[in-house]
Amino acid sequence: MTDRAVAVVRAGALTTVQDLGRPGHAHLGVPRSGALDQPAARLVNRLVGNAPGAAVLETTLNGCAVRPRRPVTIAVGGAPCPVTVDGRPAPWGAPVRVPAGALVDIGAAVSGVRGYLAVDGGVAVDPVLGSRSTDLLSGLGPPPLADGAVLPLGTPSGPHARVDTVPQPAPPGELVLRVTLGPRADWFTGAALETLTTRAYRVSSASNRIGLRTEGPALERALTGELPSEGMVLGAVQVPPDGRPVVFLADHPTTGGYPVVAVVREADLAAAAQAPPGTPVRFVRAGRA
Amino acid sequence: MRALPMGERALLVELADGIEAQALHAELLRRRAAGSLRVREIVPAARTVLLDGLDEPARVRAELPGWEVLPLPERAGAVLEIPVRYDGPDLADVAAHWGVSVPEVARIHAAAEFRVAFCGFAPGFGYLTGLPERYGVPRRATPRTSVPEGSVALAGPYTGIYPRTSPGGWQLIGSTDAVLWDHARVPAALLSPGVRVRFVPHGTPVNPTEAAPGLAPEGR
Repeated sequence: MTDRAVAVVRAGALTTVQDLGRPGHAHLGVPRSGALDQPAARLVNRLVGNAPGAAVLETTLNGCAVRPRRPVTIAVGGAPCPVTVDGRPAPWGAPVRVPAGALVDIGAAVSGVRGYLAVDGGVAVDPVLGSRSTDLLSGLGPPPLADGAVLPLGTPSGPHARVDTVPQPAPPGELVLRVTLGPRADWFTGAALETLTTRAYRVSSASNRIGLRTEGPALERALTGELPSEGMVLGAVQVPPDGRPVVFLADHPTTGGYPVVAVVREADLAAAAQAPPGTPVRFVRAGRA
Repeated sequence: MRALPMGERALLVELADGIEAQALHAELLRRRAAGSLRVREIVPAARTVLLDGLDEPARVRAELPGWEVLPLPERAGAVLEIPVRYDGPDLADVAAHWGVSVPEVARIHAAAEFRVAFCGFAPGFGYLTGLPERYGVPRRATPRTSVPEGSVALAGPYTGIYPRTSPGGWQLIGSTDAVLWDHARVPAALLSPGVRVRFVPHGTPVNPTEAAPGLAPEGR
């Protein structure tokens, strides 16, 4: 096998290959998928000289460890965490030169949830419908990383960024999600809409790449009938029968049958991806639909 | 027709029924192909069409009611024939719902012409309409934890085929070896919205010139 590869030494709790996703296929039931914290994925790519759409590794809570088979430049971003190369501390949020065979260890997140590891050349697994992203809902793209797996790398395309470090937003202590009400706000009572935008919620531990689940006061329906399946968007706040809002993230189903009370601004979803279970959530009205 | 804003860049267009939704879907595809509509996703569903990734959602929302939407052509384009074995475990239940014999279930299903109204649930899963309204069936009270790939199934007014083994609550009436989804194929999905479909029972010559005379009027 070519030496343009990295071996997975420690896969971590859930590490997936992600790029900017596969938009344009929702009519076939294919989610957009892609990195949950897209600004972080773009940033680490820029740090190693990759195009913004190169595939990176997205880690969950406890990082991962890989061993490149050739000298590479890496950068780690997203959730702040310790980074070591062959046991020696290495910078986070900056390009790092790694010799062939060295062990790159992305430690557990100090805060936040999802870390991003870019390698120059990008992860070069075969694309599916134009994207290398793992889609956990529909099983497209490569499976989540497993110990011992080997991931091919692409050819480095340009020089890495000449920076020591770059500012990145800190993971949220409180998650403020700006929402536009609708399209099914009228399926809820006025009191429920007041509840949604004034009361405190928390991030549920049942959250995943499909949706950010919340705990808090249930939203009361004004209409109790069945809603025929309809198209869903990223950031849709869907309300299942238990009344607790679910914010749809990158691997969300493309159609759904529960009413969408509001939609979160896309710009706020990167923070949602970094909010660990228990984080306070506030839904704030951003404008009238 | 009512267009509801869905976030910053999307409109959910509500139609009177599935037929209108399919007609608007066809019109939206025409406009996108002609370059007069810029939109990333056009997602038809039971009686809505979602437009996502619009540059100017407010302008499209204002213009939509003034559009002329042509009625859905009754018969346009080729019919995709899908070979099926009517051997599903829920055939007897479906026959009881319909008040017919088990062999009649296969005959009625194979006689109808279907259209992919929309996709969802899983890549390659299409919701096919075309059975007369009286042949609707409820979902199973207890969903199966594993429905085999290629299962041909009914729920509500729809027929669907499971593209891969997955949990599911639809009534299983048959099975097919047709490959619903293959991401190495172009196109990956065998079924996409608007495709016309006929089920051909195993042992029946494919592409008969007169398929099931007498049943088409019931479907309209």
